[in-house]
Amino acid sequence: MSQLYDCRDAFAQALEEAARNDPRIVVVINDSLGSSKLKGFKAAFPQRLVNVGIAEQNMVGVAAGLANGGKIPFVSGASPFLTARALEQIKVDLAYSRANVKLCGMSSGLAYGELGPTHHSIEDLAWTRAIANLTVIVPADPLETTQAVHEAARLSGPFFLRISRMPVPQVHPADYRFRLGKASWLRQGSDVAIIATGVMVARALEAAVLLTNDGIEAAVINMATIRPLDREAVIEAARRSGAIVTVEEHTVYGGLGGAVAEVVVTTYPVPMRILGVPGVFAPTGSPEYLLEHFGLTPAGIRAAALELLRARAEQ
Amino acid sequence: MAQDREDQLAALRRKANLLRQRDLVMIQRAGMGHIGGDFSALDILVTLYFAVLRVDPQHPDAPDRDRFILSKGHCAGALYNTIAEVGFFPTSELETFMKPLSRLNGHPDRTKVPGVEASTGPLGHGLPIGVGAALAARLDGAAWRTYVLTGDGELQEGSNWEAAMAAAHYALDNLTVIIDRNRLQQGAPTEDTIRLEPLADKWRAFGWAVREVDGHDYAALLEMLQSESWEPGRPRCLIAYTHKGQGVSFMCDNVDWHHRVPTPEEAERALQELREAVHG
Repeated sequence: MSQLYDCRDAFAQALEEAARNDPRIVVVINDSLGSSKLKGFKAAFPQRLVNVGIAEQNMVGVAAGLANGGKIPFVSGASPFLTARALEQIKVDLAYSRANVKLCGMSSGLAYGELGPTHHSIEDLAWTRAIANLTVIVPADPLETTQAVHEAARLSGPFFLRISRMPVPQVHPADYRFRLGKASWLRQGSDVAIIATGVMVARALEAAVLLTNDGIEAAVINMATIRPLDREAVIEAARRSGAIVTVEEHTVYGGLGGAVAEVVVTTYPVPMRILGVPGVFAPTGSPEYLLEHFGLTPAGIRAAALELLRARAEQ
Repeated sequence: MAQDREDQLAALRRKANLLRQRDLVMIQRAGMGHIGGDFSALDILVTLYFAVLRVDPQHPDAPDRDRFILSKGHCAGALYNTIAEVGFFPTSELETFMKPLSRLNGHPDRTKVPGVEASTGPLGHGLPIGVGAALAARLDGAAWRTYVLTGDGELQEGSNWEAAMAAAHYALDNLTVIIDRNRLQQGAPTEDTIRLEPLADKWRAFGWAVREVDGHDYAALLEMLQSESWEPGRPRCLIAYTHKGQGVSFMCDNVDWHHRVPTPEEAERALQELREAVHG
């Protein structure tokens, strides 16, 4: 088993580094210092951390105002509250206003498994992906998290970074360069393409290894930028493999699977399977338990790929 | 000196009268708008833009400009008329108000209209943005000030009170909220809808310095907005008592004129009243 990392550590480190290089960078939190791992940032830049308390609407509005005053705010809070509670502020104050604010949704997806559906954030991609002007990124490992933070700091405009606390291995080689809006092909294979995002990328890679025992060569594509989506990569995946499985730790309504399907059906229709939380509130359980429960595991992805290929063969 | 002040007040009065006439014509032409709230806010806007704010239409993005945020975005008509007169864009463009593809939406768009600091419309957004702007100035040790104009009905939005707590906590005495207290919301008096009073006490309890003023009295508005006697370390709340539809007798304090559009006859009567007021 390779070493596992909490991407929040890379996030916090990258943010401190970016803040050292750019005095305009500030942080806005909703009593989320510890859960965002920003104690180091506060120690290094006490004046540049604004805690608005438990008040998400105000948090996002304050960030928009700081941006109006020339700052580059990184807003960091638990993704379920940041996105749902402040969605109108995200739409109007940030996206419509093209405010230079970077939203960092922590502990997204099923990371708060045991705390129950109030704390699960399995709709955040659907909500943010629907909003014009908003760039949506889901890093898959610490290296990509670091680079995504630096890209968000460097580029103007509103961003949503969806960051998990679930342990992940490094899936990219050390020389990987994150490119905004570009998928990364982690594995080539012409039988089926597995397109995954965030914490599911490592599991997709494991599924591809399992599939070799079935005689199946699966491509694995990390779709880190959900919006703007890398349409060319999706079309290429459809063209090369003729079958696509998407995997996300998110509802199957309106997330990565929906985004990929929108491209596939309008450009190069091929059969697909969309893996995720199937339109229900998840039960209580550890994150690992819930991923198992919904088949969001290497074995579950393998099974879905085999079923898809079997169904295609029977057509 | 006293004469200078008299001249200044007379100039503000004439300006506000002119902008009411233009706003009326603009709304009449568009067939849409929020004339009642525009007219309750216009004297405040004119006082701010022609006597208080340090803004330069030639440099709308100057980093050290004062920020004015219209939280009651539905009164974009009053804002457009004011900032066009200041010179942020040609007054002739007011003819495009709410026309297809016009940048003058029914609610202001900061990405398109120079001089607009915040895209507003949904209520309860302006004050949080104002708190952020005031924090930015504080972080830079900059002298520019932030002003937010809210409606009174919109204080029913909880986001305002989140922002009020934060502003007091961070001791933002470079932030002024002005409440257009016209006492009417869309369909009824605020006090019959969800009670706001005792409003001044609420702001004091949240840690703000509070003043109350006649929102149509230029001398009083100027005195409050230029005064340095406010308590240091506290954000400033100026409750401006106003009349919806101020300046036109049959619109004044009449809830029907929240977003009613005058008929040609009503518009003519209203314009006649306004013309007589400035000459009288």
